[in-house]
Amino acid sequence: MNIWDATFWRTLVWRGGVGAVFAVVLLPMVAVVWLSFFNQEIASFPPDGYTWRWYVNAWDQKQFARGFINSLQLAAIATVIGVTAGTAAAVALVRGRFPGRTALSGLLLGPLAVPGVVLGTGLYVFFVQIDNAIDFQIVATLPGLIAAHVLLTIPWTVRLVSASLLGVTASVEEAAANLGARPFTVFRRVTLPMMRAGVVAAALFSFIQSFENLELTLLLVGPGRSTLPVEMLNYLNFRVDPTLAAVAAVQIVLIGALMLITDRFVSLSKVVS
Amino acid sequence: MSSLSLQGLRRTYSATVAVDRVDLDMAQGELVALLGPSGCGKTTTLRMVAGFVLPSAGRVLIGGQDVSRAPPYARDTGMVFQGYALFPHMTVADNVGFGLEMRRVGRAERATRIAEALRLVRLDGLAERRPAQLSGGQQQRVALARALVVNPSVFLLDEPLSNLDARLRAEVRVEIRALQQRLGLTTLFVTHDQEEALTMADRLVVMDRGRVRQTGSPEELYERPDNLFVASFLGRCNIFRGTVERPGRLRAGTAALPCDGGAPGERSALVVRPERVAIVPGEAGEGGLPGRVGLVTYLGGLTDWHIDTPAGPVLVTRPTPAEGDALRRLSPGAPVRLDWTEAAGRLLADDEHTADKHRQGDPR
Ligand SMILES: Nc1ncnc2c1ncn2[C@@H]1O[C@H](COP(=O)(O)OP(=O)(O)O)[C@@H](O)[C@H]1O
Ligand SMILES: [Mg+2]
Repeated sequence: MNIWDATFWRTLVWRGGVGAVFAVVLLPMVAVVWLSFFNQEIASFPPDGYTWRWYVNAWDQKQFARGFINSLQLAAIATVIGVTAGTAAAVALVRGRFPGRTALSGLLLGPLAVPGVVLGTGLYVFFVQIDNAIDFQIVATLPGLIAAHVLLTIPWTVRLVSASLLGVTASVEEAAANLGARPFTVFRRVTLPMMRAGVVAAALFSFIQSFENLELTLLLVGPGRSTLPVEMLNYLNFRVDPTLAAVAAVQIVLIGALMLITDRFVSLSKVVS
Repeated sequence: MSSLSLQGLRRTYSATVAVDRVDLDMAQGELVALLGPSGCGKTTTLRMVAGFVLPSAGRVLIGGQDVSRAPPYARDTGMVFQGYALFPHMTVADNVGFGLEMRRVGRAERATRIAEALRLVRLDGLAERRPAQLSGGQQQRVALARALVVNPSVFLLDEPLSNLDARLRAEVRVEIRALQQRLGLTTLFVTHDQEEALTMADRLVVMDRGRVRQTGSPEELYERPDNLFVASFLGRCNIFRGTVERPGRLRAGTAALPCDGGAPGERSALVVRPERVAIVPGEAGEGGLPGRVGLVTYLGGLTDWHIDTPAGPVLVTRPTPAEGDALRRLSPGAPVRLDWTEAAGRLLADDEHTADKHRQGDPR
């Protein structure tokens, strides 16, 4: 290798750049996991020893387990509704020819562009208005919270499913129709299997979005239904020990495992790129 | 009753007229090629037969039944798409069996018919592969088998050979024709390749800008074209413009050229195929067209002579003469005399737009 060669430097800068990006993404996670084993109560550097006790403490705090179950339920329901509706919308947007198609496409990606707190506040005000108008409570109910989380899952689904649907050439669907398949059969037997990877990826990302959401939930959640992120924030109000780092470390491992398992069935890297 | 009948078929896209007044009647077992330059409306016509495009006017009849408004799945056509359009998530066997499944053919019979169809296209043994694991030629044969296995009333092919390399193309051409004749399939075949059309089809439909310019057997179209477009699109030709002097003679500048009839005083175009032109070395002799040898191109079995004449450049194609023949020794600048029979000179209406573009041109 010749250090006077331009390619040497280009390769070096390229590798360095990629390495830096990975470091920025991964370092906080590594730091959280490391911190969760520090012995002292107020995290300081260097650690004066390592311990499991924050994990034990997290286990003893029953609100974390409750929050975890609540988050799981909420994310699962929101994902099922959001991915179904989002897939239908993506099919209409990619295959349909109707006025206002581009406008609708922009609208459905909207929630991605709006900060969570703004979205949450907007929804809160909206729900209260409905409440006042027709005397039907939505704020602080489970359906209200689910509706809000569905909003989080839609943009991901529309984007990922649209992308994979663009890879399904219309002529393949036409071939099925030519062989005698009616429109719904074409969708079930050809279109859906061909965009399966996109739908699975959409479900995964939707689930994670909903599971880890704090801002929307904080504004709309009802008593006794607190999700894990909300419970973690509550805990922070009176204690600042590494217990939260332990809970976060568990989440990181679970989500990582979920992604790896999904990747075994559909190649996520192919869908997301 | 015709197997497939197109009646005054027309399709417009806002201001564009993609297909206009297309009429065609196909007999059972006939192979008809739709031939024409890119953008002339071949695919649109085929898609109107399959039901993917609805006609703006006119009718499509399959086996005497008007299916103009019927959806694709109700039409009983078998189509081979340009890019094959195989189902990538299914095995070869499932691809081929899809149409049978849609027709509710039982599992056992399906298996037999799939195996039979795969044997027909020489793909037995590859039934469990995925399309992505096959070569282009093999994918093409799966597409054929998938369309054939349902025994469609009309077999449709849209440029099925355009994605294959030249050697494979010639091979598959023969194969498709043999299959089509063996199974007696009424087939509508789209191509922009005149050689493909001439060698495969019972009849050709030559299209230009949405319209049919002529329909007939390969021989009819080549020997007796109706217009300059057909004459110049199919094979090579020499075109002379002039006025008919008397029946059998066209005056083009100083030359009087043999032609098949004509009314005196008529402005016409004369079309002569390069292989119908006789070439005589030397200046001596009466009649015919004097000229000088330009470029000589040796093509193996055939030789092309480009001759400069007072009526313009003329292309002559002849079997390459034997070593020592006077023709063989003609070199650029040598004087020659060209001649042809009256029957070989076809008089046509002088329709301006195509003429010069294709003059002596090889549309390939
Ligand atoms: N979906 C469409 N929208 C607009 N114009 C079209 C459409 N399909 C075909 N055309 C036009 O119709 C004409 C014929 O097209 P096509 O049938 O594909 O020609 P070919 O198959 O002979 O190349 C072309 O001018 C093409 O641009
Ligand atoms: Mg075409």
